[in-house]
Amino acid sequence: MTTTQYLLEMEGISKSFPGVQALDNVTLNVRPGTVHALMGENGAGKSTLMKCLFGIYSPEAGEIRMNGQKLHLPDSRAALGSGISMIHQELHPVPHRSVMENIWLGRLPLRGFRPFRFVDGKKMFRDTEKLFKELDMDIKPDTIIGKLSVSKIQSIEIAKAVSYNAKVIVMDEPTSSLTGNEVEHLFRIIAGLKRRGVAIIYISHKMEEILRISDEVTIMRDGRQIGTWDAKDLTTDLIISRMVGRDLTQRYPERANVPGDVLLKVEDFTSPIPKSFRNVSFELRKGEILGVGGLVGAQRTELIEALFGIRSLSSGRLTLRGKPIKIRRPVDAIRHKMALLTEERRVTGIFPVLSVLENTVVANQKRYEKPYFILEDNKRREDTDRSINRLSVKTPSMKTQIRYLSGGNQQKVLLARWLLTEPDILLLDEPTRGIDVGAKFEIYTIIADLAAQGKSIIMISSEMPELLGMSDRIAVMSEGSLTGIVDGATATEEEIMRLAAQHTA
Amino acid sequence: MNVTVKNTKAFLTDYAIYVVLAVLIIGITLTDPSFLSLSTLTNILHQNSTKAIIALGAAFVLITGGVDLSAGRVVGLSAVISASMVQLSDYPQKFFPHLNELPIIVPVLLAVLAGLVVGLINGLIVSKLHVPPFITTLGTMVIVLGINSLYFDMPPNNSQPIGGLRSSFTKWGSGTFEIGSFSLPYLVIIAIIVAVICWVIFNKTRLGKNMYAIGGNVQAAHVSGINVGRNLLWIYSIAGALYGLAGVLEAAKSGGASNGYGNMYELDAIAACVVGGVSTTGGIGTVPGVMAGVMIFGVINYGLTFIGVNPNWQLIIKGLIIVSAVGFDVRKYLAKK
Repeated sequence: MTTTQYLLEMEGISKSFPGVQALDNVTLNVRPGTVHALMGENGAGKSTLMKCLFGIYSPEAGEIRMNGQKLHLPDSRAALGSGISMIHQELHPVPHRSVMENIWLGRLPLRGFRPFRFVDGKKMFRDTEKLFKELDMDIKPDTIIGKLSVSKIQSIEIAKAVSYNAKVIVMDEPTSSLTGNEVEHLFRIIAGLKRRGVAIIYISHKMEEILRISDEVTIMRDGRQIGTWDAKDLTTDLIISRMVGRDLTQRYPERANVPGDVLLKVEDFTSPIPKSFRNVSFELRKGEILGVGGLVGAQRTELIEALFGIRSLSSGRLTLRGKPIKIRRPVDAIRHKMALLTEERRVTGIFPVLSVLENTVVANQKRYEKPYFILEDNKRREDTDRSINRLSVKTPSMKTQIRYLSGGNQQKVLLARWLLTEPDILLLDEPTRGIDVGAKFEIYTIIADLAAQGKSIIMISSEMPELLGMSDRIAVMSEGSLTGIVDGATATEEEIMRLAAQHTA
Repeated sequence: MNVTVKNTKAFLTDYAIYVVLAVLIIGITLTDPSFLSLSTLTNILHQNSTKAIIALGAAFVLITGGVDLSAGRVVGLSAVISASMVQLSDYPQKFFPHLNELPIIVPVLLAVLAGLVVGLINGLIVSKLHVPPFITTLGTMVIVLGINSLYFDMPPNNSQPIGGLRSSFTKWGSGTFEIGSFSLPYLVIIAIIVAVICWVIFNKTRLGKNMYAIGGNVQAAHVSGINVGRNLLWIYSIAGALYGLAGVLEAAKSGGASNGYGNMYELDAIAACVVGGVSTTGGIGTVPGVMAGVMIFGVINYGLTFIGVNPNWQLIIKGLIIVSAVGFDVRKYLAKK
């Protein structure tokens, strides 16, 4: 048994939930000092498998071995103790405490003798400094963690994993909120971890990244393992076809329509916050898809949320169909037939404990009101049913709490919610973030259809191919300013990158 | 075999609180078989009607993710207000010596209105000043007690318990509706009507749906075009009005009132809600659940006294039930392992 070449072996793992076989006899073998990519559509079982590894779920069948030794993982503490760490997609630091306290949380160094033992701040500071130096990170250990950027907090999480002497580190979509430079820094840290013999299980939907940094790739579909390949034998198309189980001939739908007259005119939009967006002006035409590109921190979300009345303006004029309008609250925007799909699905989108039905109809309740304030249940159910079918949402029933759906299906429900309000203008903020390839294409098709029906769309995206593949025009922002608007058909990635980096040092 | 064990376990987790209730009833009945009777049922219902109305008010606020500590003191305020205006004209210690007999509806509406105004103020503070509900209602709880005590202390009453209420008022608290040999207290009928109205609001109106949405995710509610502030105003006001109504009925039931009425009722109401499955983090809760929660405490109070359990032990049993009920409930909603 000890002659194994694998560091971590997960063999024959099965796990079911009421009504779903989430994992069916899945095997994942990871070699030391390698990056092992785990790929699959949302709902393929990646997260469930990782939760089994991290002791959050207990599998019904199968064995997990580290260096040939069988592991018993009743909880995540046991997983940490066995050298398994996980960098979650959404980070949960304790925001008002220092970097070092966050790292040593739960095992703070103590000095003195029982029962008079106190936290040894100096040792904690030194240990943290040493840890950061090893990982080539430049962060002061006593900074309050909430003041740092997402990418810094993420690298701190990685440092924390290293401080646990982790032999296996799981990274779930680690680059989803990082800028180009930050991604490079993450990759340098990963290279360093590989040299130390650490195995990394890397979950991502970004093909370019996977092909660049991984050594082996395991692909899952519908709770089963499709296979494991050397990364050098794979191409983007091969991965996609194995993930979705069919050949995807094109990644973006054909666009049929030509944009019409100007529908919405945004002039001189400026935020009261100094470093946020300023003097932004653009036009949106009927049936147009206007992409909004830029780096993280370009204030695109802030701009679009101001447009929807969530954030305030210090100046700015808005003209809809030639008439000046004012939007102070989301209700105003909805009255003007606008809809906003927010970037943070979990924070500002879904109502986790409410049913798919309630989540679908929530922005549209007024229309179901009969006399005496009573809601028409049948219409609510019919509309939900129609939406679920139209967007092919996968859910056991419309009474299921939405938190049990996969990310892609949650996103479809949110899209359905806004489509029910019959908007003329859709503001989509990273509409395919964290969504798998198959569902992405479905969402692109829906967006293209909407444009063909004459709806106007503003789509923020950090994925270049998506911007170029979908947009009629692309507005590029940098550090709060609009640096240019380019034609979607002729623009190149280089052109967009140049505009996006114009104001950055 | 394995499946049966698992199902039994799942059943016990899901319906733990009803199992506890059944065990209690069986235990009490074994000790004294005369417990199982129609009069026991009507007694328990009569005793808990006002509590049910308060608990429903508290449920509105809890489902939005808030909490209302002012409930008990609002009950006291409206009890005193209504009682002070429905005394017999020849009663020697009148609160308003020169007040003629008013139509009953006037003091009742004034008292309910007082509750509604306190609720409205709670709602304004929560939604406009963004003070957390716990702090807001802690503040108004104390303020309402102060106001009530000042009113109660006004000469010539000088903090004397208010008595001598007209029978046209007290009949609503102690009278019954006769169906053959069975007599159903008016209080129970009123509580049932209130519960039905609440059920309709919860399940069939925009306000109810918005209440669940606000408790489920307030930011998403805002983005979805729900006017969170206005909905909270309505919800706190309705809750306040329900406490006001309960206060009126308490005065009618006991035939009097003092400023100490309703003390700590908010905690009973919150306990009944959480035992009945209302989530303290918001977004979850049903009217039948709240009613079940109220009944569980009703049976405990009545039943344990019926068989002569020491009241101090009753407190301990109630506390254990609150904690274990929520403990089981939380397990139900946690990721199923």
